[in-house]
Amino acid sequence: MAQAAIELKNLTKRFGKVVANHKISLTVNRGEVLALLGENGSGKTTLMNMLSGIYFPDEGHIFVGGNEVTIRSPKDAFALGIGMIHQHFKLVDVLTAVENIILGLDEGAVPDLKEAARKIQALADRYGFEIDPFQKIYRMSVSQKQTVEILKVLYRGADILILDEPTAVLTPQETDKLFQVLRNMRADGKAIIIITHKLNEVLEISDRVAILRRGEHIATVDTAQANESSLTEMMVGKKVSLNIDRPAPVNPTPRLVVEGLNCVDAQGVRTLEDVSFTAMAGEILGVAGVAGSGQRELLESIAGLYPIASGRITYLVPNGGERELAGMHPREIRALGVSFSFVPEDRLGMGLVGSMGMTGNMMLKNYRAGRLPLLDRKPPRALAERVKEQLEVVTPGINYPVRRLSGGNVQKVLVGREIAAEPNLFMAAYAVRGLDINTSMTIYRLLNEQKQRGAAVIYVGEDLDVLLELCDRILVLCGGQVSGIVDARSATKEEVGLLMTRTRKVGEER
Amino acid sequence: MTIILTFLQQAIRQGIIILFGATGEIITEKSGNLNLGVPGIMYMGGIAGLMGGFFYENGVAEPNGWVSVLISFVCAFLCAALAGLLFCFLTTTLRANQNVTGLALTTFGVGFGNFFGGSLANLVGGVGQISVSYAARAYQTSIPFLSDHLGPVGQLLFSYGFMTYLGIILAVFLTWFLARTRVGLNLRSVGENPGAADAAGINVTLYKYLSTTLGAGIAGLGGLYFVMDYSSGTWTNNGLGDRGWLAVALVIFALWKPVHAIWGSFVFGGLYLLYLYIPGLGREMQEIFKMFPYIVTIVVLIFTSLRKRREDQPPAALGLPYFREER
Repeated sequence: MAQAAIELKNLTKRFGKVVANHKISLTVNRGEVLALLGENGSGKTTLMNMLSGIYFPDEGHIFVGGNEVTIRSPKDAFALGIGMIHQHFKLVDVLTAVENIILGLDEGAVPDLKEAARKIQALADRYGFEIDPFQKIYRMSVSQKQTVEILKVLYRGADILILDEPTAVLTPQETDKLFQVLRNMRADGKAIIIITHKLNEVLEISDRVAILRRGEHIATVDTAQANESSLTEMMVGKKVSLNIDRPAPVNPTPRLVVEGLNCVDAQGVRTLEDVSFTAMAGEILGVAGVAGSGQRELLESIAGLYPIASGRITYLVPNGGERELAGMHPREIRALGVSFSFVPEDRLGMGLVGSMGMTGNMMLKNYRAGRLPLLDRKPPRALAERVKEQLEVVTPGINYPVRRLSGGNVQKVLVGREIAAEPNLFMAAYAVRGLDINTSMTIYRLLNEQKQRGAAVIYVGEDLDVLLELCDRILVLCGGQVSGIVDARSATKEEVGLLMTRTRKVGEER
Repeated sequence: MTIILTFLQQAIRQGIIILFGATGEIITEKSGNLNLGVPGIMYMGGIAGLMGGFFYENGVAEPNGWVSVLISFVCAFLCAALAGLLFCFLTTTLRANQNVTGLALTTFGVGFGNFFGGSLANLVGGVGQISVSYAARAYQTSIPFLSDHLGPVGQLLFSYGFMTYLGIILAVFLTWFLARTRVGLNLRSVGENPGAADAAGINVTLYKYLSTTLGAGIAGLGGLYFVMDYSSGTWTNNGLGDRGWLAVALVIFALWKPVHAIWGSFVFGGLYLLYLYIPGLGREMQEIFKMFPYIVTIVVLIFTSLRKRREDQPPAALGLPYFREER
């Protein structure tokens, strides 16, 4: 029997009225990888934050190496050998890798950075990382930053590592590299907890899987005895069909023609390079790519929110005629029936005002309606009620601040509002980011409805499996260039994955 | 030749006032706290130091100049540091808005200074009657021998009171402190990314409190220098003028590096006084000349914004509150 590295007994954490974790008990052994699987909002991250000292449990006990411990701060967690690699990196951009790694440590009053760098290099060599200790964080790619995060906890002597969705931002190749490193660490006797909702990764890397659902611990099973459908069943509580509907394209005619689009960001970095494609009415055009390949810039430049250096964006009005969108005001573009919803990583960052309720947020897109200087709250209130009902938004009331809703519900509000405008061109980016399977399916259904209604849909997604099942065609972006447009019905995952990394090494310039 | 020497000397004396203010504010801002109360805090430091020295010198039969220096120094530093503590309590613990709190603190501090300055004047029977001559003489004592045996060079470099050298040494030391030491690294990370600092086990609240309190204390020394050395131990209501804002502008000019604040403060001091050395300026032209330091700051802001060097930008979390358990 392996030795228990960490044991949780009846941990409970509440946020106001919401119970994020309810009496959770878990054990993780040395030399094993435990996958923590659950839908979004199931309490995985909250649970791990209690181990790393970010949150303090309301009830329950934590045992490390057999002794009961109290973890009040990240410092306490480090002292116990617990290191967490957060989903959003906790790194200081203007500092170097070595400075970030020794941050908060007692390395003497005047730390010897060269000596620290030497130790970091030794650690990196041992587990198979590549790193330049004196590189500044803001010059690093996402996967390099992740390397720094992992080295940070290893440098602190952590032997219990918690990784919160580590592969969300990596290419398949980078993921393979990471998994190799994790296997090296497991062989070294470390206990590793990996939070994820990608089933294939769970099956590939973990020894055991613990499943959380709605803040409760459902079961822990050996990975060898599990498969995708058994895990999904435990995760969602009932059998959910993973087959996404894909109705045939409805009378596809060109709706949007983009030709030679170039964009440059505020830092002078080229974000889009010679992008050309056509989006058809009645079909879903998927956009795939590693995070930060220009997806956001592409959609924003079509919506008029991002400056265009050169190129043409031609919009073919449904009842005839052409309009050039480049240089048009976002409001005019919206009036033409171009709708845009972008779900950023923090979900609230764009499109919604956190302290306002659903009604107020619905109003953001039509506050110009009516002639009086006073606002008419009735239509947005009706719309809010409709969205709440149709998308099953869980909220105490339509005037409850959306900031306090869970991530999935916030997203439903955002997408629901955009679809309500009945657009001719509907653009959605990361609409299912972090959503559970049931809600994701609802969103896919909504996208298909738009398609069948005759709208052109551009969908930027993260999950290749979903893109391949949902879309009609997939445009692959890599480093701001279109590296290919494939037929989603015949393309393979490997094909798309390869296109995502084709033009140059990922993150070379970022 | 003499007039140039006088101009340079005056520029340096003028500069030291704002150098303390800017150094203190840089330390504060490195923790992510934007304390716009600095102008008020300088008034508070000035009047507290003056009162300390005044009551000592009037309460003892034979006051000693250096004892008076020590008392006034401690009073100025503590009073200003308390103001910084108050700012930090309001913004960090009670989560008040930093800009609003800072501006309120400036209004309060200027009033605080003028109120006690006026009261002190009443106590001794009239404006201009306050005298802390022992302390003032000690503050103004220049470096012996060096200041009067090396000709113009000696006068330019060694003819100042000890606080001038203290200000410069402090700025140099703090530059090294921020760049090289563990505590300096931790402090920078708190101002850049408090979430990262917190996750690394750094006590964000403690760092914010310490740096804001000490920073305010240092800024208060600027007021003390103004009262004791620059004004020879006297008080005039609103005498410090807008030098506190000059200090805030200098923080930007110096790109948040104390060592740049040293020469920057001399440049600002020179520009601030330039109108006195140009003959035949009308009142309106004088006011325009007094704007030069601010114009230079704006130019620096434009250039650093254009160059976009990450290292020259303000601390990333400057002015933002940090709450750990927020979701």
